[in-house]
Amino acid sequence: MNVEPARPVDLFAGLQPPAGGVYMDNNATTRVAPEVLAAVLSYYEEHYGNPSSMHSFGARAGAGVDEARARVAALLGAGSPGEIIFTAGGSEGDNHAIVGTLHAYPEKRHIVTTAVEHPAVLGLCRSLSKRGYEVTILGVDTKGRLDLDELRDAIRPDTAIVSVMAANNETGVIFDTERVGAIVKEQGAVFHVDAVQAVGKLPLDMSASTVDLLSLSGHKLHAPKGVGALYVRRGTKLRPLIMGGHQERSRRAGTENVPGIVGLGAACDLAAANLERENTVVRALRDRLEEKLLAAVPDCRVNGERGNRLPNTTNISFDYIEGEGILLLMDRAGIAASSGSACTSGSLEPSHVLLAMDVPFISAHGSIRFSLSRYNTADEVDYVAAVLPRIVERLRAITPFDKERQTF
Amino acid sequence: MWNYSDKVLDHFMNPRNVGEVENPDGVGEVGSMACGDALRFSFRLDEEGRIAEAKFQTFGCGSAIASSSILTEMVVGMTLDEAGRITNQDIAEALGGLPREKMHCSVMGREALEAAMLDHYKRLGRGVPCTLIDQDPELCHCYQVKTSTVREAILRHGLETVEDVTNHTKAGGGCTSCHPEIEALIAECRAGTQVPAAAPPAPAADDPRLERVRDLVEHDIARALRTDGGDIELVRIEGDEVYVRLVGACASCPSSQATIKGWVEGQLREHVDSALVVIEVKM
Repeated sequence: MNVEPARPVDLFAGLQPPAGGVYMDNNATTRVAPEVLAAVLSYYEEHYGNPSSMHSFGARAGAGVDEARARVAALLGAGSPGEIIFTAGGSEGDNHAIVGTLHAYPEKRHIVTTAVEHPAVLGLCRSLSKRGYEVTILGVDTKGRLDLDELRDAIRPDTAIVSVMAANNETGVIFDTERVGAIVKEQGAVFHVDAVQAVGKLPLDMSASTVDLLSLSGHKLHAPKGVGALYVRRGTKLRPLIMGGHQERSRRAGTENVPGIVGLGAACDLAAANLERENTVVRALRDRLEEKLLAAVPDCRVNGERGNRLPNTTNISFDYIEGEGILLLMDRAGIAASSGSACTSGSLEPSHVLLAMDVPFISAHGSIRFSLSRYNTADEVDYVAAVLPRIVERLRAITPFDKERQTF
Repeated sequence: MWNYSDKVLDHFMNPRNVGEVENPDGVGEVGSMACGDALRFSFRLDEEGRIAEAKFQTFGCGSAIASSSILTEMVVGMTLDEAGRITNQDIAEALGGLPREKMHCSVMGREALEAAMLDHYKRLGRGVPCTLIDQDPELCHCYQVKTSTVREAILRHGLETVEDVTNHTKAGGGCTSCHPEIEALIAECRAGTQVPAAAPPAPAADDPRLERVRDLVEHDIARALRTDGGDIELVRIEGDEVYVRLVGACASCPSSQATIKGWVEGQLREHVDSALVVIEVKM
């Protein structure tokens, strides 16, 4: 058989991919919004001063940072811009919140978190548990939900911090952080929320919240990579993570990433303006994709509590096949998504989130996460819904799994 | 994104020889769905004993499918001896290389080929040439732990549970599908270290089958094993149970169990008594 290399012959016959491909991996990272890019450029070309410098170049850069801080504070409903610390991204914010709290309360050695957190939290907690801290990891049920009674029982007098994500990056399942926070505050611990996936998709109002610390990442909401923010409620004791200069009022040393910060500010403005759209238009696109796929493909299921998810995310398991193969074929069809399969990460185990939900291995390996954005269209959704059944059928024709015997 | 070669992508996008060979001469299955990798490989021989056709079915990532696909092309025209010499590196090289994290996919191809050949010899009712067999198969595929590593850990540290073994060697810490094998190995090692309670009873001299069993084992069967550097001794008969000891190359050969069950027992049942059961006595 002489074939054009590395194209699945005939598989996508008759289907025309939309120009530029279909990007449905927005929980991994997002396109920088054109408005954000426009706002950023002058901070590379003209206002490139160091905000700490005593000259007009520095002052102009500093003004950009101040403005961005006000914009981030506005999106979060923070009491004042002073509650915002700029960081290099979500992982730094998570690390700062947890390590900074532990250092502020040296007598407290206990942390509570959940089994489905991002590796920025779980990896840190694993490391801390080897350095004398005690970590309680709360499980979730098969729909990805927390048991609040279990949470209440887990918090102790020596619990320094409780870290719970606002919404899960893999399944989109939302935790009720206000109910969690009420329990945490009742017991006197610091409450940290990793809101990396929630910002811009769910309404947040820190002025009426139990949250003490909240981390977010720019590149998940159409800002550039390498910038993020940590909300620190006024009065919350927190030690710095990165020490050195007096930037960020000595709470985070290092010359400010001025273009990134300006971009984050612009992206927060856009996010506020598009929040409604995310929860109507984007949600409708996600639902349309989900319904079409569930109708067209046998033996597939949605992972997570369907009625309680981010509006842009769907995580679907295609039984009996493996995620990497699906992704490779989708890529050939111009579609970008991700998988909870072990093979895509080079690790040995499939997604810790799906395993925590007791999703069977056979389904976890074949899980695909589609995460949409306001840049996706109905045509793109229909194209993906036309391509996927062919890919699944192709890979199921290769699999040795015998559905009748439920074995191979 | 993995940096897959064009060849890997081509064999993944357009896999060759998907399915199951009709009237196969050997079928091998390796891996498990839990591990995220499972492969079934089947082949048919021509009149000259060369592989005429090979097919595969694979649950796994792109490189697992590509490894299986190219293997079905590589083996065609080979004798089983030649095919038995294909290594996982050969498979990876034929694909233009694999990312380091994906080398286990080529190992699985090699193992499926091996399993299919074992199946072939079992179908023939013959012993398996020891040269075909990996003398030290990987027990835990998730963490690539060899059987010998696990055995040594059990013996040296007196390990009693799968959890102990996982803590010492990492084996069994991934998908858990090897736990039954680890349990079996623990049982085997512990049985081997126990002092026999008493001397084994003498052969039942009055059993009329004894002479015929002795003749078959010590002549025909032993002669066949000696061609592979091994040998066999008859220890005793108790009722329908024939106790034998494998020596030489066969004693350390992991396929000895298959040899006994598949062949020695078949010979004894065919030529002496269909009720006979063969049991291997370890040193």
